[in-house]
Amino acid sequence: MTTLRLIRTGFVINLKMVGTSSFFLLTSTVQPVIFATIAFYMFRSGGRPGTLLYAALGAGMMGIWSTTLFASGGMIQWQRWQGTLELGVAAPPPLTLVYLPWSLANTFLGAYALAATLVWGRVLFGVPLHLAHPWLFALALPSALLALGLFGLLLGSSFILYRHANALANLLEYPVWIASGLIFSLSVLPGWSRPISWALPPYWAARALRDAAIGGPVWGPLGMTFALGAASVVAATLSLGWFEHRARARATLSLT
Amino acid sequence: MSGLERWFRVFLVGGVIAYRGLFNWIRPEIYIPTMLGSPLFQIVFFAKLGQYAGAEDTSFYVVGNAVQVCAMASVYGMTMAIANERWFGTLGPLLATPANRAAVFLGRGIPVLANGLIVSAFGFAVGVAVLGFRPGWATVPPLAVVVVATACSCTAFGMLLGSIGLRAKDFWFAANLTYFLMLLLCGVNVPLDVLPGWMSAISRCLPLTHGILAAREVAAGASLDSVGGLVWTELGIGACYATAAYGLFRVLERESRRAAVLDSY
Repeated sequence: MTTLRLIRTGFVINLKMVGTSSFFLLTSTVQPVIFATIAFYMFRSGGRPGTLLYAALGAGMMGIWSTTLFASGGMIQWQRWQGTLELGVAAPPPLTLVYLPWSLANTFLGAYALAATLVWGRVLFGVPLHLAHPWLFALALPSALLALGLFGLLLGSSFILYRHANALANLLEYPVWIASGLIFSLSVLPGWSRPISWALPPYWAARALRDAAIGGPVWGPLGMTFALGAASVVAATLSLGWFEHRARARATLSLT
Repeated sequence: MSGLERWFRVFLVGGVIAYRGLFNWIRPEIYIPTMLGSPLFQIVFFAKLGQYAGAEDTSFYVVGNAVQVCAMASVYGMTMAIANERWFGTLGPLLATPANRAAVFLGRGIPVLANGLIVSAFGFAVGVAVLGFRPGWATVPPLAVVVVATACSCTAFGMLLGSIGLRAKDFWFAANLTYFLMLLLCGVNVPLDVLPGWMSAISRCLPLTHGILAAREVAAGASLDSVGGLVWTELGIGACYATAAYGLFRVLERESRRAAVLDSY
């Protein structure tokens, strides 16, 4: 009960914070709509109008990734700047449990992106919203958000080792869009990049969503999404434990 | 020291010092991932998206994005070089000096312009190294001229955003939004004739649009003379933005003094 209350409170507080940040509203709604529009026009001029739903879903996933990357990647660094990191570390619950709801809230905000690009595509480009497997889509969407939220926790716990987490986030936005094939097929990428794609939760989450919406085997990608989400939370727990130990031993917790 | 010497000293030395102090991304550990890494992957992303969509050939995206990434230096760099004075609390002391305002203002554009050219050149190098873009050596000098003209107009546009940042509460929002809108509106990834009429009308008033058109023609083998009209139009648009930016800077300076809100948020 206490754990659930902790998750709920952390989730709501962080959602209020990131939900009122103009930067995160830009990455979660405006930016995906701009990228969706570019993709719509490119697909249209290239004679691929049948893939407009593909573009809308892809641009939405791009927005979810951007929000996760910037919000969760910089999560612990921002706590440090705001002077609240010590409070989080000193709190009785495990550090993973303290920051998990924050990461989930960040990814949940990213879901605005998917809603924005689907509505934008429907209203302006007449993209049909006929889902091949509506129930599986309803299952795939929260699963994708959960997996990316867990992956965000891993990002936050590992970015802490790099002093300029924001610069790292700037760097990693496009590569994951590319390697995860969020808006184009991996067939246009060289074969050696395939294992990188398979290791990324956004790749499987996007596949699960796309297959549920357009048609295709959903359960395999969905299983991989869960597996990589679980692996992320284990890795994040180890990483956070190591970070906490080092920070306490060297008395560097609050040093920016 | 004569008045002209003093002007140039404020313009050049002041511009470089301001850039070193106010450009947040100047340190290599931030500059490399942000100013080089991000453009690298942006170019690859749009080239691959274009390949998948079957819209245009790779050189279309390489040239468009390699020219556009100079806006990363111009938009963000110029915004920081002006608006950060207020953020860092140095705007008051700066405006208390008797230094010529035009020299203070315009001098900040020189390092930004140089940085824009470096980022753009890196973008073309990425196209050559990663995406098989082969423009031919003869096209390099005219392409360089076009990129310089485009970076100038982008820097002027950045000056306007920076001036707005002297009063606006959240200048990062405007800078980010502008950068992304440029990707859509300036013919970077979508040809102007594919965009709706109202969008292409806006794009013709923005920096980059004519520069990118000229760069694509030059990369395809056209002479500099044949794209002269586009280059002059790009420079003309830049001059309009620079004039508007300087005018806005002076108006906001006066209004901030009058309302005593120089450093307030």
